Amino acid sequence: MAYKTVIGLEIHVELMTDTKIFCSCPNEFGGEANTHCCPVCLGLPGALPVLNKAVLEYAIKAGIAFNSKIANITKMDRKHYFYPDLVKGYQISQDDVPLCSGGYVEIELEEGTKKIGLTRIHIEEDTGKSIHTEEGDSLLDYNRAGVPLIEIVTEPDMNTPEEARLFLEKLKSTLKYIEVSDCKMEEGSLRCDININVVDTETGKKTNITELKNLNSFSGAVKAMEYEEKRHISLLKEGENTERETRRWDEVKNETIIMREKGEVADYRYAVETDILPIEIKDEWIEELKNSLPELPHAKKQRFIKEYDIPEYDAGVLTQSKELADFYEETVKYIDDPKQVSNWIMGDVLRRINDEELEIEDLKFKPKDLAKLLELINEGKISNNIGKKVLRTMFETGDSPEKIVKEKGLIQISDEDELEKIVEKVLSENEQSIIDYKNGKDRALGYLVGQVMKVTKGKANPQMANQIIRDMIEEQ
Amino acid sequence: MDIINLTAMDMREKLKNKEISARDIVEAHIDRLQKMEEDLNAFITISKEEALNAADIIDEKIKKGEKLGPLAGIPIGVKDNIITKDIKTTCGSKMLENFIPPYESTVVEKIKKADGIILGKTNMDEFAMGSSTETSYFGITKNPIDTQRVPGGSSGGSAAAVRAKEVAIALGSDTGGSIRQPASFCGVVGLKPTYGLVSRYGLVSLANSLDQIGTLGRNVTDVALLLNAIVGYDEKDSTSVNMDIIDYIEGLSEDVKGMRIGVPKEYLNLNMDERVKEQILNSIEIFKNMGAVVEEISLPHIEYALATYYIISTAEISSNMARFDGIRYGYRAKDYETLDELYINSRSEAFGEEVKRRIMFGTYSLSKDNNEKIYKKAAKVRTIIKEDFDKIFEDYDIILSPTSPSLPFRIGERIEEPLAMYKSDIFTVPINLTGICAISIPCGYVEGLPVGLQIIGDKFEELKVLRLARAFEKHVSLGGENIGL
Repeated sequence: MAYKTVIGLEIHVELMTDTKIFCSCPNEFGGEANTHCCPVCLGLPGALPVLNKAVLEYAIKAGIAFNSKIANITKMDRKHYFYPDLVKGYQISQDDVPLCSGGYVEIELEEGTKKIGLTRIHIEEDTGKSIHTEEGDSLLDYNRAGVPLIEIVTEPDMNTPEEARLFLEKLKSTLKYIEVSDCKMEEGSLRCDININVVDTETGKKTNITELKNLNSFSGAVKAMEYEEKRHISLLKEGENTERETRRWDEVKNETIIMREKGEVADYRYAVETDILPIEIKDEWIEELKNSLPELPHAKKQRFIKEYDIPEYDAGVLTQSKELADFYEETVKYIDDPKQVSNWIMGDVLRRINDEELEIEDLKFKPKDLAKLLELINEGKISNNIGKKVLRTMFETGDSPEKIVKEKGLIQISDEDELEKIVEKVLSENEQSIIDYKNGKDRALGYLVGQVMKVTKGKANPQMANQIIRDMIEEQ
Repeated sequence: MDIINLTAMDMREKLKNKEISARDIVEAHIDRLQKMEEDLNAFITISKEEALNAADIIDEKIKKGEKLGPLAGIPIGVKDNIITKDIKTTCGSKMLENFIPPYESTVVEKIKKADGIILGKTNMDEFAMGSSTETSYFGITKNPIDTQRVPGGSSGGSAAAVRAKEVAIALGSDTGGSIRQPASFCGVVGLKPTYGLVSRYGLVSLANSLDQIGTLGRNVTDVALLLNAIVGYDEKDSTSVNMDIIDYIEGLSEDVKGMRIGVPKEYLNLNMDERVKEQILNSIEIFKNMGAVVEEISLPHIEYALATYYIISTAEISSNMARFDGIRYGYRAKDYETLDELYINSRSEAFGEEVKRRIMFGTYSLSKDNNEKIYKKAAKVRTIIKEDFDKIFEDYDIILSPTSPSLPFRIGERIEEPLAMYKSDIFTVPINLTGICAISIPCGYVEGLPVGLQIIGDKFEELKVLRLARAFEKHVSLGGENIGL
């Protein structure tokens, strides 16, 4: 039997404009509760919203980056529901005329590039936050009320959790590239809801769509989707179906848990927000914003291949985020060996970043320091292996490589006389190896070099040690 | 000299000439207020201390020879759905019985800047829903001309206070006639300006695509004086219009000869009090005598205006009332177990019948099943009605109509018949639907009760409307000034 998974996403992204969407309160994460508020974002009677032009600007940039069509005339609408964190009894959002329609995001799969279609991108206001205390009280913080959001809705074009993950990664990196959002899932500036169901491709039978909410990380989202995929398939196998319902991911139990049954679809009683006049967006402005966009991931990748003569794979990895690409380019400025820099960044630097879930911005050392480290290696002052050790220290202390090498006495022994003395001693203690080497066992040479490195605690120049050993054995 | 009998313009002049002080003015009006309020109940909150302090500041300014604002010393009533910082703003509802706003509305800010003195907050139908001021949580306001009768509504408190000389001028709000109809019932002048001329920032929304703050006074010049002080673009209200400021007093005296006036035949054929109709027909003759050209015109879709108005206004009302949920401010029920109960009990206990009725209407027409066929269709009809008016204004300067189809009715007479109450808005609602401007001026009396004439102008043609009203006012002596109280 064959099954096809169908996944569509709804992503809310907070825009990092200076001020909120309808007032001049600061748009900042955190802050003492209820201090970033005014009559407008608190929805006090009589207060009126005034649309922040920067919100349009940021959202249009996102639309351009995702190949959407930007509306020339759009409007705001009211979406009604009651909840204590919603100050007006309605959210100012967009209903039938979204700012951006259509568009797509390309993801790279083994079998090639796949386009994930976007239905729409619209602008809206965020709500406040409810905090439920252990004593059973509910507290309200309205600092977030009126923070500008874009809601991105995809077509149900993803067929595996991995595709959804790749989509989210690409979406996030692009939004960060164009500097419209910091996309910090842990701070809630990127939030993702998932719609998932499974089709039995032989019978055409489908499960009902499950909505997944409250996902705090991409990895959590993937696990939740994998869990649901299995659950839907096993129900199909038993000839059963899923309920139309909303579930959340429980990180402790590693399973999805029902939040609420969908039953009747909510009626938001959409009405036109007539406090804000229809919005006209001129083509010239869209063009201007298009020209103001920074280089997007795909273009950057192509440029890296051409400009630095590195393999496509390397260019792809290095341009996955703007910060990483900037780090790479900055490093290459100081040391003219793009492939070597790429190897180090893709290898030891990224491995550590991924292991410790760091962001490239969080690194304690600068591109210049990495370049210096590579220079020390290239000049033969330290060995490759010592270089890796130095890098580990740089991650921890942020000290310059010169300082680390000096303080730890790691300068490579490249003095011939000194090395000859050490080799002489090693050879005298390993006669069997000399015989083996003479009998053509090349591995014996490696062992002898290893012994030299051991004695020098890795500081011997390995090439020189190798040469001296060979010379001395031949002389014997 | 009895200060309360002065016009606002005269008060200002006498203050400037140091014949009277600001304190004299305020004290005289507070005296009057205290005497009248027992009968009238035109005010919900009287801000006596604030008014006296403001008066002293103005007197100090005069002493120092400082420049005075254009409203210096004039006592003003402010309808209680207009936000006043630190002064209770109730909207005539139990919901906001103790609501003290932490911010200022743009109009009040402007009045204060112009040295106007806010004497208090005037009574109104609850959240401005009504045409009689009978739905106020704070009791009925009575018509000063005949205390058995309603003052009209929803700005009934403002109209009554102006008529009874408790204040010289007042602010009202007009969503479907709420300034013009009470002006008509109380025999005063009331202007609903063009949508966007006056900032709505701080006006508690009833139906926000229809609401407009306007002015009431005992004569056209006083109405223009207050209008001058409150107009202008406000960056806090996206729907306010950025245009050159016009002086509405200057140019008032210009001739109206040759002005082209249209009278819609559909209006005169409507079912209305014959005595009202007669007064209107008389007024038309007066305009002809003044040299205006009066012709019959047609507004073919006007019969749909009332239904369109009630669909759009109640839809917006249901939305605007949603924020009153008992969570952050306003009334909260004492008994509730769940969040839903908190909402339901608070709103059930604090909203009056008329508010609930309109929320129900609006919720119905916005619901998924009806959104397209009721709410969106009404928006389309609204555009068609607008086009009717646009066409007329290509050829005419002014449209004339009665303000209300009836004379002021008795208290309690219509409160049980919402449909009859809604129908009394028939001449006024099209002005709000189309966003244009109109004034109501007294044009005669029937058995001691005033009749209002509605003078309608195109968008931002307030000056034309005021000019015609002023010319009419000069031309006729109504003699109704001292009827009743």
